[in-house]
This record gives sequence, C-alpha cells and structure tokens, in this order.
Amino acid sequence: MKEDTVIIVENLTKNFGDFTAVNNISFEVKKGEIFGFLGANGAGKTTAMKMLIGISNPTSGNAQVAGFDVYKNPNDIKKNIGYMSQKFALYDDLTVKENITFFGGIYGLSRKKIEEKRCQLVEELGLQEIVNELVGSLPLGWKQKISFSVALLHNPKIVFLDEPTGGVDPITRRQFWEMIYKTAHEGTTIFVTTHYMDEAEYCDRVSIMVNGKIEALNTPKKLKEQFKTSTMNDVFLKLARG
Amino acid sequence: MLPIIFVLPILQLVILSNAATFEIKNIKFSYIDNDKTSFSRELIQKFDASTYFNVLTDFPSNKLASEAMLKGDVDVILEIPENFERDLVKNQSTDLSVTINAIDGAAAGVENVYINQIIKDFNKKAQVKLVQPFNQINKPINITSIPSFWYNETLNYKTFMVPGILVLLVTMITLFLSGMNIVREKEIGTLEQINVTPIKKHQFIIGKLFPFWIIGFGLLTIGLIIAKLLFNVPIVGSIFLLYFFTSIYLLVILGIGFFISNFTETQQQAMFISWFFTVIFILMSGLFTPIESMPVWAQYITEFNPIKYFVEVMRMVMLKGSNFTDIVPQFTKTLAYAIIMNGLAVISYKKST
Repeated sequence: MKEDTVIIVENLTKNFGDFTAVNNISFEVKKGEIFGFLGANGAGKTTAMKMLIGISNPTSGNAQVAGFDVYKNPNDIKKNIGYMSQKFALYDDLTVKENITFFGGIYGLSRKKIEEKRCQLVEELGLQEIVNELVGSLPLGWKQKISFSVALLHNPKIVFLDEPTGGVDPITRRQFWEMIYKTAHEGTTIFVTTHYMDEAEYCDRVSIMVNGKIEALNTPKKLKEQFKTSTMNDVFLKLARG
Repeated sequence: MLPIIFVLPILQLVILSNAATFEIKNIKFSYIDNDKTSFSRELIQKFDASTYFNVLTDFPSNKLASEAMLKGDVDVILEIPENFERDLVKNQSTDLSVTINAIDGAAAGVENVYINQIIKDFNKKAQVKLVQPFNQINKPINITSIPSFWYNETLNYKTFMVPGILVLLVTMITLFLSGMNIVREKEIGTLEQINVTPIKKHQFIIGKLFPFWIIGFGLLTIGLIIAKLLFNVPIVGSIFLLYFFTSIYLLVILGIGFFISNFTETQQQAMFISWFFTVIFILMSGLFTPIESMPVWAQYITEFNPIKYFVEVMRMVMLKGSNFTDIVPQFTKTLAYAIIMNGLAVISYKKST
C-alpha cells in the first residue's frame, strides 16, 4: 500500500440472491482527497459504501480502508473512519451536548477530550444557543452539520458521507461544503455520495456508478472533456441513460 | 414514557388483583317451590342466609325458570317437589332437583359443592328434628374434618394472586421494552450508526439492557409496596432473596427481548412475537391454572417457561418464607436459561450483514 492511498478497492462485488448490487468495482482514493461517489438511485452506491465501512460483508473481491482489510479487521477500520448516513442518525431524544458526549464515549475519547471537542464544536458552528436542546427539535440543516461534526469527533482518517445534503437548503449546502473543504484541507479524506451535480464539481475526483459498475472515474474537468460536455450534469445524463 | 412505564403496571396490579378472582360469589339463585311448607321455606331460607347466593325469585313453573336461565338471569334453579315435607317426615328421604348453568364448568362444580353443603346442613337439622326418642340407633355417625389452611389461613385469593400478577407485570414490561427498543433503533437508523463505531458487541448489549434491568427492579419494588400496603399480602421470606432471584430472572427476559429484536426488522414484528410468547408463558405459568392439572405434554412445555419459575419462587418466598435452598431448582434452571438466552442474543447480534 502506498503511503498516500487510504482506500484500495479491487474487484469488489456484492450479491443479494440473484441480484448483483455492486459488480466488480475497483478504485483507489488518496489521502486528503474529496472523492465523489455518484450514481442514480439504486446504482449501488450505498451498498458499496457499506462494505467499505464494515457493516456489509462483500461477496467477493478485496478492499483495504485506512490500511486495514475489510474482512480481517473491520473493527480497526471503524476506529479510523467517520460515517454519516443517509438517514439522520443522531439520537433525537438526546440534546446536542448529550449526543456529542455519547458518541465521543463510544469512540473511547476521554471526558476531558470530549469536553474540549465540544467547546471547539460549539465555537465553530455557533451552537451556543442550541447545545442543550433536543436534537429532534432542530431544523434539518443544523442536524446535518452537527451530524458531520460528530462523525469527526475522533479525528478519523476518512469520513464517509452518504448523501449528506439531501433535502437541505442551498445556503446550508454551501456551508456544509465549506466544512468539507476545511476538513479535507486538514488531511482527512472525504468519501461522499451525492445526487447534486453541482456538488460533484467541488470534488477532486468523481466516480459514476451505473447498475453496480463504475462507468467513469476522473477529475470533473477531465470527465467533461471526455464526454464533450460543459457540465457534470450532462456527463451524468449521458452515462446514466447509456 | 417513564411515568407510563410505572403508572400503567400499578393500575394493572390494582385492577387485576381485585378482579382476577376464582371465588364464586353472588350466584344468581332461583327456586320453584311446589311444596310451600315450613320445611321448604326453611331450606330456601338457608340459601338466602348464605353469602354465596343471591336469592332472586321464585318461579311458578319449571318452564319460566328455564327461560330465565337461557337469558342468563339465573345461574341455579332449585326445584322443590310437591309433598317435600310429607315425604321427608314419612320416608326420611326425598329428592330435590338442582339445575346449574355449567357453561363455565369449573364454576358450576364449585356451585354444586356450595349447594350440597347447604342441603347437607339442612338434612342434619331436619334429622335432628324428626328423630324420635327410640330411634337413637339411626343417628348418623358424624365425621368432620377440621381443615387448617397453611400459608394462607384465610384463603384470601389476593394473597395468592398478587405475587403472580406482579411477576406478570415485571415480565411484560421488561420484555416489551427491551425488544421494542432495539428494533426501534433499527427503524430510525441509529443502530447503523452504532454499528459503524468500534463499540464491542457485549458493550452494546449491556448498555442497551442495563436500563431495563433497573426498570424491572423499580417495578418489583413498587409492586411489593402495593402488595404490602394495599393488599396486605404477607412477605414472610427474605426480600433480599426475592431481589436476588429477580436479578437473574430479568436477565432471561431481557435476553429473550434482545434475541427477538435481532430477528425482527420492525417494531410491529417484534411486538407480535413478544405477544405470542408472553401469552403462552402467562397461560402456562401456573398463575391462573395449576400446572399439575395440565396434560403431560403441556407440563413438559412449562419446563421451558421462565415465568413459571418466577411465579413459583415469588409465591414460595413471599407466602411460605422459603429460603435459598428451597428455591435451588428454580434458581439453577433460571440461571441456565439466562446464560443460554443471552449467549444466543450475543451470537445472533451482527454488526455487519
């Protein structure tokens, strides 16, 4: 494994009965990269991601995440990654503060460290007003930002974001992407799935999945040149329609 | 949610303990007096005096009485034949016709015993009355047994039922809560988030079940206080022993709850399966019907019923004052059950699919 490669995927496949959700995909992701994982609904993005984060067992193929094998050391992978799911997954019936304490505790952070992190978060996101409110009562945009921050609590090497900006307003989306940039700048690798093609433009490299296969993988600029279009939207449409 | 968890079971305990009675009282009694003599009136008087019978009406004919029973207005019809007094004086014997509504066979049996008791009593008095001085040899030899009821001297059914119903409540609440809770996390997606963290399986399971373990103790405590204060149920044995057994018993129930949640995707499914087992466990626990009177195959099934052991221990310790050596069989089986169920729960809980 090269030093600056944090995800290596080789011929990864996942079958559900007769249905092949992920069909023989291979790619690599470098350290500090923002890797866009695109595809239509049902193309297999989420399934592929779940294999990489160790909650879905591959049918065949190999994958290494943060230097650990998905078959042999799923728990070591989990220590080194953050994950933010499609569904909002903080506890609605706990306050922001309690959620931070809880997830910090699960990742084995000391009380002092959690306290430190919390203060930092409150400061950065301007949470002073809402830190003691139930997460369930917050607007979606806030929830997503907090969710992202919680995924970063334990300073993971890679953060997996599964459609983090679904249903969020444009301003919040912009703020969210600023957070992503900042995180990537600090050396954390970002693995993000999205439906928004304008977001794809923000990624360093983009892969496009169609029916379980990766049909294209390059920088947004090169992809546009390759498909002779001016926007990622058109690239996507050309590929997805076959 | 927390107030509901505690308030509802208390209501249940109070209501059920008062309502779930096997005492047969207020039997709707009616009679057809074809004799209308001092003897027949005396007999009816005896029924009237009994606390078990509500003497309703006298019917002029058997037909009207039967119609009343069909409608459910009466439970028992006593028909006193013509010449009741005359036959009794002359022949020293006569017949009475008793009709009992036996839709509930067990109740009918009990009613029959009550009726016979009263008639027997009446017999004795009639005999004494009719006995002639020279007839001394005919005097029946009286053998009476004097029962002494141990552990529940006054035969108070509440003393018997309250510990059992308490078991039922502790079981239902902890089983449903633990089963539902984890499935709920599956539904809202937080379980997936947890599965992505490096948390160990046993840490997660202990973390999930510990609160319900505590709630179980809370329920037991409140239940015991109510049993003592409201129903005056004696607590002869050691409270500590009760809690000790409960601590192991709750592990069984929580293990079952967790196990169910591992195999269900929605709260509806979990609810359905929990219900299925709870109903079987409760009806086969010896709480309402004695296990000894079940068919043999059913008795074998009850061996796998954790509630059975808890009901037994609860009644033994509370009413008999049994000590640890007395409950060793129940204890070992419950402990084995706890180990097996929690083992299965840990094995079947998968962080990845």
